[in-house]
Formats: sequence, C-alpha cells, structure tokens
Amino acid sequence: MAERYTSFEPGGRRWLWQRLTAAFLVVVLAFHFFLLHFVNHADEVTFALSQARMEQLTYFSLMILFLVTATFHGVNGVYNALVNQGLSGTRKTAVKAILGLASVLLIVQGVRTALAWAGGVPI
Amino acid sequence: MSQSYNRGLIEDFSRWREFSAGMWAWIFHKFTGWVLVGYLFTHIAVLSTALSGAAAYTNTIQALESLLVVRILEVGLLAVAVFHILNGLRLLFVDLGVGLEAQDKSFYASLILTGVIVVASVPTFLSGVSI
Repeated sequence: MAERYTSFEPGGRRWLWQRLTAAFLVVVLAFHFFLLHFVNHADEVTFALSQARMEQLTYFSLMILFLVTATFHGVNGVYNALVNQGLSGTRKTAVKAILGLASVLLIVQGVRTALAWAGGVPI
Repeated sequence: MSQSYNRGLIEDFSRWREFSAGMWAWIFHKFTGWVLVGYLFTHIAVLSTALSGAAAYTNTIQALESLLVVRILEVGLLAVAVFHILNGLRLLFVDLGVGLEAQDKSFYASLILTGVIVVASVPTFLSGVSI
C-alpha cells in the first residue's frame, strides 16, 4: 500500500477547502499586490485613498471575502502542518480551539477596520 | 494503481543533502505559508490604526513606508508570496493529475519565475524611500 504523503487527515474536507480557497487566493492575492504596490504605491497610501476604494461595494465585499478565505487557508494550513508534525490528543484539541479563536478575532478586527474606512456597509 | 515513493522522513532535516526537488518544494511551501499567515495577523494589526482615525492611519503607514528596512521586508514578502502562489498553482495542477511527471521541473520553474518577478519589482518597491 502506498504511504500517504499529505498533511491532511484521510476522509476530511479540510484538504478540499484548502484547495478551493487556494484557487481563489491565487487570483486575489496577486490582484491585491498589483493594485497596492504597482497601480498605487505603498508610500502614497492615505486614509482617504483606502476609504475611496472601500466605499465601493464590489471592492469592499471582495476584501471581506479575501480576509475570510486567507484566514481559513492560513490557519487551516498551520493546523494541518502541526497535525502532520505529530500533534494529537488534548493538545490537538487545544490548538484547534486557539486557532479557531484567533481566526474569529482576526476576521472581526479586519471587518471592523473595513467598516471604519467605508463608514458602514457600502450598499 | 497506487505507487509508493520511499522518500524517507522529510521532518529529519539533517538529511537535507539527500532531499529531492519535491521535498524542497514541500519545505519552501510550508515555510512561505508560515511567513504569510504571520504577516496576515501583523497586516491587520497595522491596518487597525484606521480605527483610531484618519490621521493615525495615514501617519502610521507613511512612517513605516519611509523606512528602508520596511521596504526591504516588503520585497521579501513579495518573494514569499510569489513563490507560494506559483508553487500553489503547481500543487493544484498536480492534484488534478496534470504534470506529476514534471513536478521537479515545475518546482525549478517556480523558483526562477519568483526570482525574475522579485528582481523586476525591486525598483517599484524601493521608489521614494530615502536611504
């Protein structure tokens, strides 16, 4: 029987979600870098310019989706890397809870920041 | 039919001289992933200065961007992000059954393309900073 060379548990959906978010992030991360370093330059950033972008519903919703998918992809990657290194039992449960809490806090803080720029949901 | 590849234990880094291209790709992808998730938390923390008002945000970003070390770290971040994207595409294709037989070549291509993109981006990333 072939050995399994993967960081993911057999039968789980984490592998699939990691791939689905990856496909989205490949495009959006490249767009994010290009827009904020090549179209706009990092040293020209002001609150007003960030606000102008965030006030557009398309950009606002894309950035919220970017935040959620990047958080899931990053934290899920960390969790599976730790499981791959032998994390198990109570420590595995504790790490899962801590990473889950950290993810929620990150997303809440990111959404609060986006709302501060946009002055509320830009509908 | 399943094939078995006896790669040995990749977590035993003392064997690094024996590592194949695919094993280096695995290590680089993990390393760049750790850097990116660490940066994600830092990035949101810095952007959160917007919650303290427009002036606090603008002053914080412009003060950071005036530092050469920050610009150099941004070039490093670009390198890490570009490699993770390109190697991630390689992984997606391999998972779909495309290019498994050339996975070593696509790893080398990811490295070279990352180098080219990063070198070409250096002037943009360092523009307007005082040394």
